[in-house]
Parts: sequence; structure tokens; C-alpha cells
Amino acid sequence: MSEIPPKQEGDPNTTGHSWDGIEEFDNPMPRWWLWTFYATIVWGIGYVIAYPAWPLVSSATAGLLGYSTRGEVAVEIAAVEEANAGINAELAAAELTEVSANTELNTYAVSAGAAVFRTWCAQCHGSGAAGFVGYPNLLDDAWLWGGDIEAIYTTIAHGIRNEDDPDARFSIMPAYGEIFSEEEIAQVVNYAMTLSGRTPQDASLVEPGSALFADNCAACHGDNGLGNTELGAPNLSDAIWLYGGDYDTLIETVTYSRYGVMPPWTQRLSEAEIRAVALYVHQLGGGE
Amino acid sequence: MTDQAPPPSLYAAREPIFPRRVSGPFRNLKWIIMGVTLGIYYIFPWIRWDRGPELPNQAVLLDLANRRFYFFWIEIWSHEFYFVAGLLIMAGLGLFLFTSALGRVWCGYACPQTVWTDLFIKVERMVEGDRNARLRLHRQEKMDARKLRLRLTKWTLWLLIAVATGGAWVFYFADAPTLFVDLFTGQAAAVAYITVAILTATTFVFGGFMREQICIYACPWPRIQAAMMDEDTLTVAYREWRGEPRKHSQEAKDAPQGDCIDCMACVNVCPMGIDIRDGQQLECITCALCIDACDDVMERIGKPRGLIDYIALSDEERERAGAEPRPVWKHVFRPRTLLYTALWGGVGVALIVALFIRSDIEMTVAAVRNPTFVTLSDGSIRNTYDIRLRNKNNEERLFRISAVGDPALRVQLEGTPYASVDVPADTSFLQRVYVVAPPGSDPAAAERTEVRFWIEDLSNGERAYRDSSFNGRGQAQ
Repeated sequence: MSEIPPKQEGDPNTTGHSWDGIEEFDNPMPRWWLWTFYATIVWGIGYVIAYPAWPLVSSATAGLLGYSTRGEVAVEIAAVEEANAGINAELAAAELTEVSANTELNTYAVSAGAAVFRTWCAQCHGSGAAGFVGYPNLLDDAWLWGGDIEAIYTTIAHGIRNEDDPDARFSIMPAYGEIFSEEEIAQVVNYAMTLSGRTPQDASLVEPGSALFADNCAACHGDNGLGNTELGAPNLSDAIWLYGGDYDTLIETVTYSRYGVMPPWTQRLSEAEIRAVALYVHQLGGGE
Repeated sequence: MTDQAPPPSLYAAREPIFPRRVSGPFRNLKWIIMGVTLGIYYIFPWIRWDRGPELPNQAVLLDLANRRFYFFWIEIWSHEFYFVAGLLIMAGLGLFLFTSALGRVWCGYACPQTVWTDLFIKVERMVEGDRNARLRLHRQEKMDARKLRLRLTKWTLWLLIAVATGGAWVFYFADAPTLFVDLFTGQAAAVAYITVAILTATTFVFGGFMREQICIYACPWPRIQAAMMDEDTLTVAYREWRGEPRKHSQEAKDAPQGDCIDCMACVNVCPMGIDIRDGQQLECITCALCIDACDDVMERIGKPRGLIDYIALSDEERERAGAEPRPVWKHVFRPRTLLYTALWGGVGVALIVALFIRSDIEMTVAAVRNPTFVTLSDGSIRNTYDIRLRNKNNEERLFRISAVGDPALRVQLEGTPYASVDVPADTSFLQRVYVVAPPGSDPAAAERTEVRFWIEDLSNGERAYRDSSFNGRGQAQ
């Protein structure tokens, strides 16, 4: 280790601190740095005055500019709504069956409808519109209340089996547990299974079940169980079962009945939004 | 503490530089390169190239709004951006190659900062005169009418060049003739004006005032280059063993005088304001103007040229020992530069091959897996696929879509009863496609069946395919 030379006249200023002979310069801050620092202070004061800054108990000071991120989002949403106002009005006024011929309007409606669907419909029908047990699959070609664009529109606008809308689709299947004996229910279920070409659990019950079906069920479901979209009566002869088509589930369905409900959307969505989501659902693969 | 001297300032003010006029082969080469590079820059957007009625007819166009890049007969879509990445890799490798072989030739000849600064100095010399006149004007403190007139003329000319430079840039991004009219009638987009304004300001300030300071302080390239140069790299240097002791120096009084007559020609022409006789230095952009200046002087005093020359470090020792320098090709062709050339050529060949084998029709198939399959009322199993078709032709084309896999599979297109779709010119088109397996068929029962989608351009029979798979129930019915 070399000797540290004694301090001499003209040596740079130091803070006077010394660690193991290492001293610290006492140079002033660079001027540009100082001025930047002062400028940030001035900027900070201005910012506190102009923008929301001080937290209060349940809010914050508003700031002179009245800025808020929520307000910014509201402005952006309003701008989008204003930009879409024209085409929305066009969609609301258009003949539903003719929208698909208008490429521009149809493209807009389908993508707008997709957004509406993900916001309001996906909770029950699933984000891919494949439904769940009790919530119809919108991709297939089976429709309880009709699958043309007008029928889909009416279903969405007024809903199913709700009290809020006088125009709602309405039908109730009686709970046959109060009408039939257990044996009779077993007979009718065994018969119903043959309608879709499946093997009944007990073939001897099919014959009496057939008579019970003709007297009690055919009025809505049709003589051959083909269903009736006017009444929302499901087709019992196809491969699609909303609640399940196995023996036990059918026993449960016939005994207690089913009562699926869908809200009317006229109260929450605009006419253009309902039409958009109807057009979206119609082009998912099952529309008639 | 108070009686101590103030610490030395860390700030160095710019020393103004007044490069003298020089002529010679390197100066001529630089004029030619300036003409070619600036010519390409200003003229390219105006070249027309007919691509048919639906597509822009500008030869070089970066269409950001439609995500297209047009370069004469080549059209690159955004998903083919790897071509641009490849070009950047080639540019990088090319820079490595040139730097390892010839030092900072990019800096000295082709860098925009050098080219525009050269142009600005040329304008300055035309308006204010050569070095001595400019020095006098600079030292004259009083702003009289003459100085004001000269300064204003110079700045106006600079500004015009700067506006033209900023203006030319935006023409690469829109139809040049239309934008040209729009710019002057106030109808162009705000972003066009802002871009022109920024590039005008940077050209004016960088070329007119900051000049060599950009190279010395702002540019990272001088720092990186040291890693790419070696003892065989040819670079501008002073044959100190031949020139020293130079005239007027202390050593020259006792020893035989070297070839350098200390005329300062090399310093006076230097746009970076350095003395090349001090050796290689960060500031030197190897523009070689000092070579021209020194050769001129050597010729006049009857000494051999090349006191300042492109020489390699490995030759220094040979020359000091009195030997001849090795030939240039031995410096240039060495494993390192050959490797760079091979890599550069490899990437280039790969890009050209990729360019020629790419198809004019393309498709991507995205199987919709939400849900994995749909059961239809007759018990059929249906899968859905989003097929994106790209028609890169400049006319509408009819594409037929088919699926090959199990013979039981049937294809349906959403929204049309036909098996083919019209795709408009130069667009990509999304078509939802259903594939249905009838009840009881193998694919309906199987867990998964391979399926290959074909598209056929019905106008010329060109075909392309993508593989996907079909999901069945996963159990026998």
C-alpha cells in the first residue's frame, strides 16, 4: 500500500470523510441535473393542482382539469356508440330476413352480436354457444321454439317462461308424478325411448306406454314424438336431449317436469343489439 | 476549503470545424455515392409499377393501414415479415463484413449522417466560400448585412434540403403524387405533417449544426466497431514511420526530416476536425478525404503518394522493417471475412428461395374447439373449422374447399350451399367450414380422425392444403 500524499493547496474539495484512505469529492451537482430536479418539483406541484392527487376518505381531490380514467373510458365508449349510431339505426330498421344479403350490415351485426353474446348470453349458453344440461346448445339443428331468424329474434326479445314480458314464450309440461303412477311413468318412458330408435329398458312396457303417450303426450309432442315448435315441445325422436336422454333422467323429467327460463332482453338491450345477437346465433351453424 | 481552485469543468464546447475543399479519387467516389444514395431516396417513391386495377401502382410502398409492403414485383404481407427480418440480418452481416475488411466504410461513405452532412457542407461552401472565408466570417463578431445575407441564404438552402428530406420519407407510406398534392393543400393526415416536421428538424439540426457530434456522442456504432476490426482491417492511417520527424518539429532539427511537411492539409479537410497523424481514433469516420489532400501535396513536392493511406495494422511492422506491404487481397480474403460472406450469402439465398417457393394462395385452418364437436338431431357429429384464405392475386378468385380423410366426412360451408367461395383480390377471407360425420360412421365414433383440407384455385388449378383433425364421440354408439 502506498502512502497517501498529504493534502495540498489546489486539491479538489472533499467532504472530509475518509474510509480506508478513500475520500469523497464534494463536487456540486451538475447544473442540468439540478435544473431537471427543480423542474420536476414545479411539474409535481402543477400536477397535484391539475389532476386528482390527494386521497380523501372515500374519494380523492378532483383536480382542476376534472380528469378521471373512468371519464376517459366513458368518452371513448360514447365516441364508439356515436360512430356506430348510423349502422345501428340501419340494423334496427332493416328487415331481419334480408340482413344476410347485405354484406356490410351482416358483418357488423354478426361481430356486434358476438360481443353481446359474450356479455349477456355466455353465462348460460357457454362462450362457444354449446349450452349445458338444461341450457340449449345453439350450434345444433334442433330448436325448441323454431330456428329461423324471426323465431330466434322473438325468443331473445321476449324470453322463455318469465312473468316480466307478456309476449314471452310460454308452455308448461305437467308434472306427471301427480297424475300417473310410477308404473305408468315407466311405461311411457320406455315407449318414448323407442321413438328415437333406442332399446327400451323393459320392452314389455312399450305397448301400454304407447297408449298412454297417445292420450297424454301426443297433444304437444305429436303422434310420433316429433315435437312442436309452436308450443316449445321438444322433438323426442332425435338425438338431442336438453336434460339427458337416459332412462333415469327421462323418469325424472316426466315425474317432475322441467321449467327452463330465459329472461326477456328488450328491457336490457337495444333493438339493434337484440337483432345483432339474433343474427349471430342464427349463423352459428344451426339457423334455419 | 474556500481557498481551493474550482474543479475543472467536465463540459467541452464544440470546436467549430471548417473543412477545406479537396479533390481526388476518394472525393469523387464520395460524390458518386452521395448521388446514388440520395437519388434512390428521393426518386424511389415516384417510380410507378403497374399491378392491376385493384392494387397500388407505386413501386416501393409501405402500406401500413393494409399491412402490405410492395417492392416492385414483390408483395409482402404482414405474416411474411420474416423477409424484412432476413434483410435486417443481411444488413447486419454486411456491416460486419465491410467493417472487418475495410473498417468504418459505412461511416465514411454511406451513413445518412455523413451523406447529408457532406451535402450541407457543400452548400455552406457554395454560399460562404471555402475554409478561410468561412473562418473569417465566423470570427467576424458584428452581424453586418453581408454576414446576415450569407447566413440566411445558407440556412434557407439547408431548410429546403431538410424539408425535401422529411417530405420524401412520407411518400414511402402513401401514394406519392396524391400525398404531394395533399401536403400542399393542407389535406394530408396530421401524422404526415408531424413526420415531415420532425425529420425536417433532425435533418436541419444534425446536418447543419451537430454534424460530427452525432458521430462522436450520439452514435453507438463507433463504440461497437472496435470489436469488429483486427490487424488485417484496412483503414485510413498515417505512415508515421515515413512522415516523422515532421518539418518544424524539435526532432527534425537533429534527425533527417520525414516526408510530412506539416502543411496541415489533412487536418484542414477533415470533417471531424481531427489530426489523422495522431493515429486511429474514435472520431475518425474514415472518409479518406485526408488521403486525397495529402496525396495532392505529396505530388506537388515530388514525394511518393500514400503518406496517408488505407493500410492494415499488420503491415506497419513489415513496413517499419523496410519490407513491402502485403497485397490488398491478402488482407481482405481471410477466414473471418470469408465466413461473414458465406453467412451473408446463405441468408440471401435462403430469402430468395423462400421468395420464389411461396405460394400465391395460402390458407390457415383453426379448428374450433369450443365445443369440440356438436351432435346434430339425426345423431351426426359435426366439427367446425375457421379457414382463412389468402388471395394474393390482383383479381377475385374462386376457391373450392374440400376435406380428405375418411370417405364418410362431408363438408359444408357456412352461408353458402356451394363448396366454393369467392375471395376478393388481395385480401384474406375467413370462411367457417363444417365437417359432418353421419351417425354410425367411423369418424363419428372414433376419438379423433385426421383430416386434410384442400383449397383449389379454380382459375388455374393451383392447390394448397393444411392438416387438422376431426373429433368424434370417442366411443362406439
